[in-house]
Amino acid sequence: MKLMTCPINGPRLISEFAYGGEMREMPDPVAVSDAAWADYVFNRNGVPGVKKEWWCHTPSGVWFIAERDTTTDTIQRTYLYQPGARVRAERAA
Amino acid sequence: MPLRLIKFALSRKHPEPRMFTRHERLKPSYDVVIIGAGGHGCAAAYYLARDHGISDVAILEQGYLGGGNTGRNTTIIRSNYLTPEGVQFYDESVRLWQDLSQDFDLNVFYSTRGHFTLAHTDAAMRTMRWRAEVNRHFGVASEAIDSQAVREAIPMMDITCGGHAPVVGALYHAPGAIARHDAVAWGYARGADRRGVEIHQNTQVLAIELEDHGCGGRVAGVLTNRGRIATRKVLCAVAGYTPRLLAMVGLRSPIYVHPLQAMVSEPLKPWLDPIIVSGSLHVYVSQSARGELVMGASLDPYELHSTRSTLDFAEALAAHMLELFPFLSDVKINRQWAGMADMTPDFAPIMGLTPVHGFYLDSGWGTWGFKATPVCGKTMSHTVAKDAAHPLIGAFAFDRFARYALTGEKGAASVGH
Repeated sequence: MKLMTCPINGPRLISEFAYGGEMREMPDPVAVSDAAWADYVFNRNGVPGVKKEWWCHTPSGVWFIAERDTTTDTIQRTYLYQPGARVRAERAA
Repeated sequence: MPLRLIKFALSRKHPEPRMFTRHERLKPSYDVVIIGAGGHGCAAAYYLARDHGISDVAILEQGYLGGGNTGRNTTIIRSNYLTPEGVQFYDESVRLWQDLSQDFDLNVFYSTRGHFTLAHTDAAMRTMRWRAEVNRHFGVASEAIDSQAVREAIPMMDITCGGHAPVVGALYHAPGAIARHDAVAWGYARGADRRGVEIHQNTQVLAIELEDHGCGGRVAGVLTNRGRIATRKVLCAVAGYTPRLLAMVGLRSPIYVHPLQAMVSEPLKPWLDPIIVSGSLHVYVSQSARGELVMGASLDPYELHSTRSTLDFAEALAAHMLELFPFLSDVKINRQWAGMADMTPDFAPIMGLTPVHGFYLDSGWGTWGFKATPVCGKTMSHTVAKDAAHPLIGAFAFDRFARYALTGEKGAASVGH
């Protein structure tokens, strides 16, 4: 992976980007049990595969989502995060 | 003796003993199956057979012996950690290291060099003093020294780092050492082999069979690409493959995998005796017995399950090396490689029992596992034999995250990650 496509700025050198970890849904911190909260805080999906990840184009400060294969290090898609997108997709399905 | 060599090659009965016995097929069952024939797995098998009388053991290795992170690290051995649990654990490891060559009747080239962790800021110096106090409390030789003492000990180093990151002091750890990594894996493997342990290379684990899946389940067998094995005990010592093995038994963990790269220079006349580490410059370096400079830096910045090398890494590490040692500017890089580091949030390993009965874990060894090889073998063999965690690894338990009881070791990680 030498280049990444920022949804705002287009293809840029990978050195311009910072990794923000896998995208995860935060449970309600008030309602959730201690065990489920620990699972959210600490546990990760460490198994390789195509993952949705947070990345930041650091010169412009744009945070976005990249779908990346963590075995081959190839990026399949990048797009801006849309709150509620997951909910809409589930309703459509 | 070319004639003797030709006769040896053509002979069917090779007159000299081979390092290991070759086993054509797997047995239908074993008392213990160890996944991963790296240093940790082989050490556990060795101590299981030697100290606990359990030799009906198979070590399964998908590649070749010692070909994972055991053969990819920078071989630094030290015990100047930050937490009391860490210091005691690694100190026991250093003690075991010092006797290994005798133990194996095989030279592991254990070489005590002294270890300097450079501090470039007052904040770093404070951590050095903290580590020195904890270390000395547990009888580990460690002291915080000032820049003048660093200058005298390492006269060839540019103490100002080109003027922009002057060294203000260091943590000096006299027992710091290096060893020959292949010899360690092979020594443990040969010792285990001689005591009846079977080593199966090119044998990949496809699935782990359980009675009752997930938490509360129990190990029943292992499915491999060479057939099924019945066993009640599985020890998983697979470094960067740990998340995949955990998924097979339905467990979640905090382990995340990033590559860690390293490289060596062309061989030089011996000029660097101690091991030099700089957390701020992201460098650790020692000179091997062959004269190569063995150099490492921090983790790659994002998750990847691959051992590819990058030019970015070589450039950045070389630049930092030149800040410390400007006279190396004409020296060439010979080799570069990577391993898959199984990182944890608190920079301490994850060892011992798991919620799946009979599934034991020796993992989370990220960037700090080689030095712990002997003590991991000792403590994990005890844990597997007695089905109870060894007292030295209590602070590294799998369930510590659910209890919010972390073992914060990041301040003693070799370079700032």
